[in-house]
Amino acid sequence: MLRYVLRRLALLVPMAFIISIVVFVAMRMIPVDPGELVLGPWATAEQRELARQKLGLDQSIPVQYLRYVTTAFQGDLGRSIKSGKEVTELIRATVPNSLMLGGTALALAYLIAIPLGVVAAVRQNTLVDQGAMGFALIGISIPNFWLGLLLVLVFAVNLRWLPATGSGTAAHLILPAVTLGLQYTAIVARMTRSSVLEVLRQDFVRTLHAKGLRRGRIIYMHVLKNAVIPVISLLGLHIGGVVGGAVIVETIFAWPGMGALLVNSIIARDYPIVQAVLTLLGVAVLLANLLADVLYAAADRRIKM
Amino acid sequence: MTKPTETLPDPEAPWDAEAIGAPFSPWRDFLVRFAGNKSAMVGFAIVLVLCLVAILAPWIALHPIAEQDLMVSLEPPLTEGFPLGTDQFGRDIFSRLVFGARVSLQVGGIVTLVSMLIGITVGCLAGYHGGRLDAVLSNLINLVYGFPLILVALLLVAVIGPGLEGAMIATGLVIWAGFARIVRGEVIALRNREFVMAARALGRGNVWIIVRHVLPNIIGPVLVIASFTMAVAVIIETSLSFLGLGAQPPTPSWGSMLNEGRSVIYRAWWLATFPGIAIATLVLGFNLLGDGLRDVLDPRMRT
Repeated sequence: MLRYVLRRLALLVPMAFIISIVVFVAMRMIPVDPGELVLGPWATAEQRELARQKLGLDQSIPVQYLRYVTTAFQGDLGRSIKSGKEVTELIRATVPNSLMLGGTALALAYLIAIPLGVVAAVRQNTLVDQGAMGFALIGISIPNFWLGLLLVLVFAVNLRWLPATGSGTAAHLILPAVTLGLQYTAIVARMTRSSVLEVLRQDFVRTLHAKGLRRGRIIYMHVLKNAVIPVISLLGLHIGGVVGGAVIVETIFAWPGMGALLVNSIIARDYPIVQAVLTLLGVAVLLANLLADVLYAAADRRIKM
Repeated sequence: MTKPTETLPDPEAPWDAEAIGAPFSPWRDFLVRFAGNKSAMVGFAIVLVLCLVAILAPWIALHPIAEQDLMVSLEPPLTEGFPLGTDQFGRDIFSRLVFGARVSLQVGGIVTLVSMLIGITVGCLAGYHGGRLDAVLSNLINLVYGFPLILVALLLVAVIGPGLEGAMIATGLVIWAGFARIVRGEVIALRNREFVMAARALGRGNVWIIVRHVLPNIIGPVLVIASFTMAVAVIIETSLSFLGLGAQPPTPSWGSMLNEGRSVIYRAWWLATFPGIAIATLVLGFNLLGDGLRDVLDPRMRT
């Protein structure tokens, strides 16, 4: 197990470099003169050429990449074209917000979904089951940006219970976290239900029944323990998904995280920020996928034992 | 805990000529089971109706999509001539929704076809060839599959610039991994089956074997994935348009309509509501169709 994790970690380093190269080269393929972006459309040709030299853009792309990587490891990701602020500072300010939003969304999703899935499975084919699974199907089909708008419409515009945008208090966190988490609530509830149903059919459950154990005790002590393993092993995959989903949800609620920073920078064509944020999010997804694989492997071992 | 055992057919009973007489037809068998599957039928009906709306859009719509009239700006639903109200420019929301079906279905269809071709090619190569090539391609498939589509789409949109073409290329380039995964698994399972070996013993080439013997056997799973892919493609297109990076004005994408609704959400609930219902209905339709097809075509894939 430890060797497997170490091997995957070793593989992570070249993969992270590949992502940074892909993003870097992609940014260099943009058919816009960065000199013009910095100076505006009225700059003379000489001024632009000077700006290009100052940004190091007169060098070849491999040389540019090497310079970018060495300065990046020293904590310098360049400066924003528009505001002149350091990219590192801008990102540092957004990371805690993104972590808080994503963490709350996933915690909420799993805390609601697992009990829901268990109840649906235990009362299979009853009204409760059909209701829970209908909710799950709707949750999967509603795109998160529309869900966000609906929640704003109901809870901010009509009821005036919660703020529509911004951050700072717990009340600000509720709507974005629910918006981001609902999809995963739905997926995890469906998974839990089918997983519990599968375990309920196994021989050891019949043995426990025959032993005279009460049904509630069987479910909460024995079935749940086995059924939850494949569900938990999905967590890594969902962390990766939340990294992507947060881009949209943060934009809707003006939540000051990395996703909103990315979208605003793409619209403003502020490429140093786009490059840094996309690379970081890409590496975050790699880490989440690694966690997913390790959890799968761990779950598999438990099952084989 | 005794359950009544199912009654087995009586081996002595005379043959039922009706049931045995007709030769087995996989096509008819599929249609019968499809018609008997509730979620397949509901999903199919939703998709069919929305496809018809898209095709007949010029005859269904009440106003041209770009017709602006500031005298009727932000009229609520059920206003005379505007059944679902108007947006801030006085454009008819119903007509724009009808034409928006075209945008979503076109983008979804093109993306699904392209990614299906890439996915089947990569999946067949990896699964049929095996060995080193399979190892490399599997890693690639897993990397792409595990990556949030919206991030890759945003990278490509940042490079190509906002617009539907960029959105389509972006989505197609990342979404194929879903096909490739399933096709690879199916091909590995088929590779050593008797009929493939027989074709090989007869001296048939690999391409011939794949086209004649392997592909016909994976149509089922591919159709299932295609339905789910349509749902995902529609979500990605509307997401990008919602962020202002997909369809550009005056093209009426459901996503960009919601974006316009966001800015007037305190005055006009309808603009933030109806396009969302359209998106959710279409996505639900493809999800139900995919669920149903999976039950009908491939019992092994059932969750």
